[in-house]
Amino acid sequence: MRRLFRGLVPICRKEFLHIVRDPGTLFFALLIPILQLFLFGFAVDTNVRQIPTVVLDESQTQESRRLLESFAGSDVFKLSSYATSPEGMYEAIRSGKARAGIQIPFDYARRLQDGTTATVLVLVDGSDSSVAGQAISTATGVALQSSLVRVLPDGTMPIEVRPSVLYNPATRSANFFVPGLIAILLQVMTILLIALSLVRERERGTLEQLTMTPVAPLGLMVGKMIPYGVLAFGELCAILVVMRVVFLVPIHGNVLLLLALSVPFLLTVLGIGLVISTKAQTQAEAFQLSMGTILPSVFLSGYIFLIENMPLFFRGISQVIPATYYIQILRGIILRGAGIGELWVQALVLTLMGCAAILVAARMFVRQGAR
Amino acid sequence: MSETIIAADHLTIRFGPVTAVNDVSFEVAKGEIFGFLGPNGSGKTTIIKALCGLLTPSEGTGRILGMDIRKDAAEIRRHVGYMSQKFGLYEDLTVAENLAFYAGVYGLEGERAAERTRDVQKLRGIAPYMKRRAGQLSGGWKQRLALACAIIHSPEVVFLDEPTAGIDPVARRALWDLLFQLSGQGVTFFVTTHYMDEAERCGRVGYIYLSKLIAIGTVAELQRLPEANPAGTSRIQIDTPNPAQILDTVRAMAGVREATIFGRSIHALVDTDQLEALRAKLPGARVETIEPSLEDVFVTLTYQIMGAAK
Repeated sequence: MRRLFRGLVPICRKEFLHIVRDPGTLFFALLIPILQLFLFGFAVDTNVRQIPTVVLDESQTQESRRLLESFAGSDVFKLSSYATSPEGMYEAIRSGKARAGIQIPFDYARRLQDGTTATVLVLVDGSDSSVAGQAISTATGVALQSSLVRVLPDGTMPIEVRPSVLYNPATRSANFFVPGLIAILLQVMTILLIALSLVRERERGTLEQLTMTPVAPLGLMVGKMIPYGVLAFGELCAILVVMRVVFLVPIHGNVLLLLALSVPFLLTVLGIGLVISTKAQTQAEAFQLSMGTILPSVFLSGYIFLIENMPLFFRGISQVIPATYYIQILRGIILRGAGIGELWVQALVLTLMGCAAILVAARMFVRQGAR
Repeated sequence: MSETIIAADHLTIRFGPVTAVNDVSFEVAKGEIFGFLGPNGSGKTTIIKALCGLLTPSEGTGRILGMDIRKDAAEIRRHVGYMSQKFGLYEDLTVAENLAFYAGVYGLEGERAAERTRDVQKLRGIAPYMKRRAGQLSGGWKQRLALACAIIHSPEVVFLDEPTAGIDPVARRALWDLLFQLSGQGVTFFVTTHYMDEAERCGRVGYIYLSKLIAIGTVAELQRLPEANPAGTSRIQIDTPNPAQILDTVRAMAGVREATIFGRSIHALVDTDQLEALRAKLPGARVETIEPSLEDVFVTLTYQIMGAAK
């Protein structure tokens, strides 16, 4: 056992010295994720509100104005400009001044009184799919509601849906996105730091020297993982504080469990960093490869898009991305107050992935240490 | 002969289609300083790596301190020191921290580590610089520190891979003085180099060319090597005021096999029966027979192999 990890302690000690000797790198490594958290945490809001809307009211009646008020009252549409012709309405949308248009025809009030169907045209700019979807469903809802009010004599609805959103009652985007963002930020920082550290040794020739000493591959790998793991763990704590204090995201579950289940994830990303460093010959290469891990982790981990909606192939890929499991852990504990009973599978998968990555890295390192 | 410390036995190492080391055999005895010469890419570093167990030989085997390089790699590395021309120092760490790191890597602890650190400090004269960052040292001092790190665990064998590349003459001299001192205490050295004068300091020398060990022996043995002194030829030195001006003339003369400039004279290998004719054609010059230098030997051997390859 001791032989397997020979050299671990001196490597670990030396690596801490490197970190302390280079406060600039340390500062940026710790600060940049926090800055990004601020940036993305504030910028990302998937709730569609206040869509700028152009109105063409040809009817100009009490009825048409009441309908427009219903639209404005929904909070989804913001009646921002008024057109006087259909061409003007299209122009406003094409130019981007408005993303939706409502055209009420001149016979709107008359048809309502006649009891025939009154048509209202709602134009939606489909270039942003979430905006379009929200606009259409809201418009349909507004029309349905207004129709029912006219049909039902005493104004009481036969059915009323009372939606109640669990865990994130205000449906605040930050609550959903910031926990996921933690996984992405930790991953980028950790992979980059450890990969660069090992590749730097390769570039400077100290790695060649180490291969001639009794240091065991696992001693070298784990000796490097401990300092950067500690660093990443500190960063995680800082990020959680910012999340709680600045973005007011409540942590419903046990914070200690969250910290404990973060360890397997850190293990995995550190392992990935090591695998990258055995492939990369230069720091620039290591940087590129590290950056290459970001996009899959953002798009295929369930961070932005639901995994359930992906084609089978990509669903398969999402299952081998470590961030997928860590995001489930983060959201589970932070948003739903989940416990180890619900999350042990994710923790186990991450632990296995981490050990596999370390062994692969050690194996590759032995093979090419040879050349 | 005393105890054999390093032994290569028909060592062959291939990287895919490339043969980096081709059937190399030699032995180095305890306390010897063995010089290994050869151009870049001839396989010197590869042999060192194989002997330290980093590379598994494709064929053949080797022993270090009686241990099999195929089986006992981990154990061998605990008894072997290694220094390359890159030095392997951490430039952001101080001299003391570098020493402490390598002491730790070699498993030295507590009093033993402190004692060895004091020893190598004294040996290399680096005591005044202990608190300085390694990156701030000059090349010569870096090399002193690098060797101190390489011998901190008192290895019985030390491999030095071009230890003096880019080092000033004073530092080179200091290094060699130390090598002789330690070899006197029984430490065995395996030194690769480009420099002929350094090779001449070594007890024995091996010359590797195109992955093959083509000559091995003491300097005197190599100078008398029949291949380096083909029958019917003489090695001569031509002293003349302007060697550069007549070099081409000499090379064009009948019976001249090789000619090159050494300082203010020309060294040439000529057919002995043409010697008198040559003397007659160079009236102003003094021509005398000499022993070949180590460089002469290696150049002649190299030409023969290149000729054979054609």
